[in-house]
Amino acid sequence: MSRISQQFEQLSSAGRKALVAYIVNGDPVREATLPTMHKMVEAGVDIIELGVPFSDPMAEGPVIQKGHERALVHRVSLTDTIAMVAEFRKTNQHTPVLLMGYANPVERMGYASFAERAASAGVDGLLTVDLPPEELEGLKQELASRDMDNIFLLAPTTRVERAREIAAHASGFLYYVSLKGVTGAGHLDIESVKRKLDEFGKLTDLPMCVGFGIKDAASASAVAKLADGVVIGSVLVDAMGKMAGRPAGEVADAVGAIISDIRQALDNL
Amino acid sequence: MNDVNKQTVDYSAFPDERGHFGQFGGRFVSETLIYALDELQEIYAGLKDNPEFQAEFDRDLAHYVGRPSPLYHAERWSRELGGAQIYLKREDLNHTGAHKVNNTIGQALLAKMTGKSRVIAETGAGQHGVATATVAARLGLKCQVYMGAEDVRRQALNVYRMKLLGAEVIPVTSGSKTLKDAMNEALRDWSTNVDDTFYIIGTVAGPHPYPQLVRDFQAVIGREARAQCLERTGKLPDALVACVGGGSNAIGLFHPFLRDESVAMYGVEAGGDGVDTGRHAAPLNDGIPGVLHGNRTYLMEDENGQIIETHSVSAGLDYPGVGPEHAWLKDLGRVKYVAINDAEALAAFRKTTRTEGIMPALESSHALAYAEKLAPTMDKEQIIIVNLSGRGDKDILTVADIDGITV
Ligand SMILES: Cc1ncc(COP(=O)(O)O)c(C=O)c1O
Repeated sequence: MSRISQQFEQLSSAGRKALVAYIVNGDPVREATLPTMHKMVEAGVDIIELGVPFSDPMAEGPVIQKGHERALVHRVSLTDTIAMVAEFRKTNQHTPVLLMGYANPVERMGYASFAERAASAGVDGLLTVDLPPEELEGLKQELASRDMDNIFLLAPTTRVERAREIAAHASGFLYYVSLKGVTGAGHLDIESVKRKLDEFGKLTDLPMCVGFGIKDAASASAVAKLADGVVIGSVLVDAMGKMAGRPAGEVADAVGAIISDIRQALDNL
Repeated sequence: MNDVNKQTVDYSAFPDERGHFGQFGGRFVSETLIYALDELQEIYAGLKDNPEFQAEFDRDLAHYVGRPSPLYHAERWSRELGGAQIYLKREDLNHTGAHKVNNTIGQALLAKMTGKSRVIAETGAGQHGVATATVAARLGLKCQVYMGAEDVRRQALNVYRMKLLGAEVIPVTSGSKTLKDAMNEALRDWSTNVDDTFYIIGTVAGPHPYPQLVRDFQAVIGREARAQCLERTGKLPDALVACVGGGSNAIGLFHPFLRDESVAMYGVEAGGDGVDTGRHAAPLNDGIPGVLHGNRTYLMEDENGQIIETHSVSAGLDYPGVGPEHAWLKDLGRVKYVAINDAEALAAFRKTTRTEGIMPALESSHALAYAEKLAPTMDKEQIIIVNLSGRGDKDILTVADIDGITV
């Protein structure tokens, strides 16, 4: 069983919700990422989503776009991001880490080479925003043969037949995008999230996490009542951007403080 | 030229059901947009061969755009070059001044069918933005155009034209501030406003079905040129030349001739400072296959798969990717892709203006510059058709700037 599935099993038997958190590798500087990852775990993150910087992050709102741009100033690459996970694994073997990004850097590295290198570094899964199941040929097998999970998005516009098909390709968990739009958007509608999750929940046994538009303890709690977990990203990336220039330890502490707040709210549900 | 491969290809059967041209094309977008693309594909499949839809499209092209555009024999220039006879397909004479309007007329009809009240577009040179603002004004649709901040500066005249037409121009300041970033922003807008918004893509790029439907709308160029050439000269042309940014004017000219084996085709990319300098916009000459803006195609990228900045004197060619059908035609060997650098394009701009009294767009000047090299290598009886994709009025300030003149 993959590290991600194990994590969900443990959370479920403890009656807890999963807190999944996203930062961009190398944002605002390379040195900030490792201490921040450890701090995230300490503050209560269950799964780390490590963003792979890309020049054209099509699905990101302005906050995360800037995170990618800050990392790209230092030319932080997919190779560096895999290496970052290897570093993290030296002292943490239990927290799942998945890479989130766009297809082109993975294409450039080559599917087999990517899967091989990522697996041996201790990467647990991949979420590629612009690689829907239809275009997955080649990569799917490479990931599966190394027990890496393939995380897919479901959207408010996803039709039921298609959601069923996506669920059949997915492993680890499913990621429901709570709104039509980009990351960091501010128009979360809990009622519509509930309707869609009711609909999609019937199609799969995989855990369902909800992301996009969750910015604080209140929105996290509201969404967590409906799902197995929540994903936060823009709030963290925003804070890290504002701390650019400060020592890595301070950046990590700022992220830790935001997470503790949300963790507490989730545990008090 | 006698590649076995390309003779056995049924060009009209592509893209396949899922939008692929061989390994290229497809649909690499975030999940939110899949529904909108499915919807567009269904609507288009229903209308593509519908005679009423086609009749309405043809009527608009005739009475609003002014088609057919002339096929003009550039006699004086041909004589000077001393080789093949050069004919210019005069897309510069279309309403709004470029081929772009053929496509926006078609997509506006589709938008009307979907009942959406708002259209968005990305634009580089501003020609597609103007063509979109134009059809939006005519249909009473709200229109917002994304344009790289760098291009807003370079193409000030077109920015003002769009505003006069009632469109809002949104400068994009992310990334390299040019066409690719405008396209990212338009895709973000579309995924946010997918319920009421129709995205009018300006070239044969983007996710399926855009490369197909933009090609189909632009193919009027090649259908006309083929018939005009046969009527005027009694034979098919020997060569076709068109500039390639995203590739819509080129595929529009080429597609109706793909089965005519005797017709050689040249797609001309922007060589910028020169292909060997790395400062250019010529992915088919110096790129590798990758994924950007919803499709797999040749791209300009670094060793980590990051898209790199492009360079061209012409804003409309300043794009790091290219339509997937061109990527496929390159690999099949059916079309030869070459590059013309900034200086050569500027020289052709001046030459055509002075020799024929036609001021071409800087984009089209790349095609003219290549024809200038090609013609002398051919016989006087042979024929080259160059797609004069647009007129140069929008570029006058750029050229004046290069000449050190303030207009
Ligand atoms: C006059 C003209 N020609 C060519 C192009 C390049 O586009 P495409 O390659 O899609 O024809 C543009 C784009 O703005 C243009 O304005």
